Formats: sequence, structure tokens, C-alpha cells
Amino acid sequence: MTAHVLDVRHLLCPMPVIRLQNTVARLPVGDTVEVQATDPGVLHDVPAWCRVHGHQVLSVSETAGEIRVTVQVQGS
Amino acid sequence: MTLAPPHSPKPKAVALISGGLDSMLAARVMLDQGVHVEGINFYTGFCVEGHTHAIRREARERPKRNNALWVAEQLGIKLHIIDVIEEYKDVVINPKHGYGSNLNPCLDCKGFMVRKAREWMETNGFDFIVTGEVIGQRPMSQRRDTMPVVARESGAFDRLLRPLCARLLPPTLPEREGWVERARLFDFNGRSRKPQIALAERYGITEYAQPAGGCCFLTNAQYSRKLADLWQTRGEKRYELEDILLLKVGRHLRPRPHFKLIIARDDGENNFLLGFRQRYTHLHATSHAGPLALIDGNAGEEDIELAARLTARFGQGRDADQVTVAVTDLAGHTQIRHVRPFTADEIPQTWYL
Ligand code: SF4
Repeated sequence: MTAHVLDVRHLLCPMPVIRLQNTVARLPVGDTVEVQATDPGVLHDVPAWCRVHGHQVLSVSETAGEIRVTVQVQGS
Repeated sequence: MTLAPPHSPKPKAVALISGGLDSMLAARVMLDQGVHVEGINFYTGFCVEGHTHAIRREARERPKRNNALWVAEQLGIKLHIIDVIEEYKDVVINPKHGYGSNLNPCLDCKGFMVRKAREWMETNGFDFIVTGEVIGQRPMSQRRDTMPVVARESGAFDRLLRPLCARLLPPTLPEREGWVERARLFDFNGRSRKPQIALAERYGITEYAQPAGGCCFLTNAQYSRKLADLWQTRGEKRYELEDILLLKVGRHLRPRPHFKLIIARDDGENNFLLGFRQRYTHLHATSHAGPLALIDGNAGEEDIELAARLTARFGQGRDADQVTVAVTDLAGHTQIRHVRPFTADEIPQTWYL
């Protein structure tokens, strides 16, 4: 199980979710991806995308305009 | 015509999901017939969805949801969002079928999106494509005579099914093969939304995004005017993502042919434009609260004075005799100017894009 970081700061929605989708497509079940973003739309889009694809959101945080959402890849 | 068996016992359809009601219903009709459906959504850079939330304060106060994802969640289907920014440029710049009432190349756009969906279908072993098109719903891309154009030019041919108006069109492969039952498809026609609303009610769908004249900024007259201005002043039809995002933000005024000013309208836009400071000469008032403004083009000494007076006009110092404005050039050097703000009457309407 590997922890990955996806830096999508300064990208506007829906680009962060597109980048996450393309990253997750290459990862095995159990790996995690920490999405680092600045667009508040990520707080909604990433969890919604995870629900739609059956992945798990492990944590969400927002400090000083920096958003971090950690996602764990699940089997589809 | 293609004649191939479905790739699995349960037929698989990829549905174009825009986030609006029609594509939602089309996918729902397929699910009802036992088809495995996954959604696909294309990001062109012109989409109304998305980044406006990050920019305008008024948009920030609305729920920050991506409607296509929301629709997928309601339907219980997967949604694949595809970045087509680069490829889409050719559709906007050289539309074979021309533009609609603004710079919207709807017919080429539909053909392009269905083609991309077809490629996705082939790569992923799906059987057919579903769209929410309705004959007569839109003047350019959804007419009886343009439906076959989209099917042909996309290369989807009879693997393109429009469940909401299929009974008005020749039977497609999924119908002929019995993967879907034609009798349980629809014959919606014309601009009325009533049949869609009734069908939504039947499915218990009570919440959906209102169709607002189109799915992208290209149908917006003001936006199209700004894009046309961009091409005209550049002397060629060309754009980058940054250009088309900036066209969505701020007031755009072109006081002289060789430069324009982009002036933030609220805090959200101010923050957004701050991200572009390094690449543009920019101005803001220091004696009064006021917006950030970017100069796009080559402004000379007199132009900068004029830009400073305009920037002062849109800040709190608009009625003051004098406003102090800081002007920072591309090299990062800042000079201070004391200017008299323009009055509203002194700004010709023709400067506004
Ligand atoms: S409104 Fe925009 S996205 Fe929709 S078909 Fe026309 S050009 Fe394409």
C-alpha cells in the first residue's frame, strides 16, 4: 500500500477531479492519494466522485485556503 | 451499418451526461430496460459548471456541486469526466457547420462529443452510446435533419441511441438486436419541456439543474463578444485555457485597440485575478479600497494613465477628486500615480466588451 500526493493547487474544478480520476485509474486497491487543492469545489466534487466510483474518503481538511482530501482506492 | 453482438450478456451503454434533465432521463430510461450504463462528461474549458464557483462570490454562495456528478450519483452510475480542452479548440475555431446565434458551434460540438464517446465505447468494450437529444429542442444541433449528421460524423452510426425521441427516428442497432425495447422508448419532439418534466415525475425525479439555454458559455452573447474581440485583436483565431477562463471573469473594457482592461467585480474575482499578476501589468488603488485590474495588451504611458483612471472609477474612490493607484509592470516595478477617476458619463459604452 503506497501513499501518493496529488498537487492540484490552483487548478479549477473540474480539473482536480479529472486528475484524481486519471491517477486512481493507475493505482492498485488499498493505495491512498492525498489531493492538495485550493478550489473549494474540491470539497464537494472529490467526495461525490468517490461515492460514484466506490472509493473511500479517509479525511478532509481545510486550512488557510489549502484543502486536503485523502482518498483510498477500492475495488470496483 | 455495424452488426456485432454485445460484448457481455448485459448490454452496456455509455451515456453523455451534461448535468441537465434530458441526459439524466435518457440514462434512466436505459437503466429501466436493464442496460448497464456508465456516464461520460467532457470538459471543454467553456463549461458553465465548475470553476465559476471558485471565482465569483455570488457563485460561491450557491451549492458547489458538479451537476454531472450529482446526476450520476442520483442514478447510481459511474461517471467518467474527460479533459478535451486541447482537442476541442479545433471545434470552436474551425466549425465545419458554422456557429449558432453566438460563437456556439453546437452541431460540430455534438459530433465531436459523440465521437469521443464512441472512442471510449470501443476502448472499454461497451455496445452503444446514449444521448438526451430531443428532436426540435435546439435550433442548431437537435433537428431532425441534423440527427443523422451527428451519427455519421461521429462514426457512431446506428450505435447512437436517443431514447427520448428514438421512436421518431429509424431503429438503431440496440433496438434491432433487442438489447432495448423500442416500444418503451419515447417520441418527444419540439421545444416544450412538458414531456420531460412529466417523465421526471414518473421516475420520482424532483430535483434537477434547469436548462439555461445551453451547457456552455459559447451560447452567451456577452461571452462570445469577448471571445470575438480576443481573436480580432490577436489577428488570428487562437486561444489558451487561461484566455477563455479570463473571459469569464471581471469587467472587460477596451478603450484602445491595442489593450484592454480586466477589472474584478468582487473579492472572489480579485483573488482569482491575483493569480495572474506575474503575467500582466496590473493596477489597484492604494488610497481607497478598490478592485485589481489587469492590462491585456501593450499599453504606453498615456494608456497607463487612462487605465489608472478607469481602475479608480470602479473603486470606493470613484467620487474623490484624486485617487492614488499603484501600477506594477511585468518586471515587478511599481510606480505610484495620482489620478482623477473617470465619471460614469466619461466612459463610452463602446469600451465595454
Ligand atoms: S451549448 Fe456549448 S456544449 Fe452545448 S452543444 Fe452547443 S457548443 Fe456544445
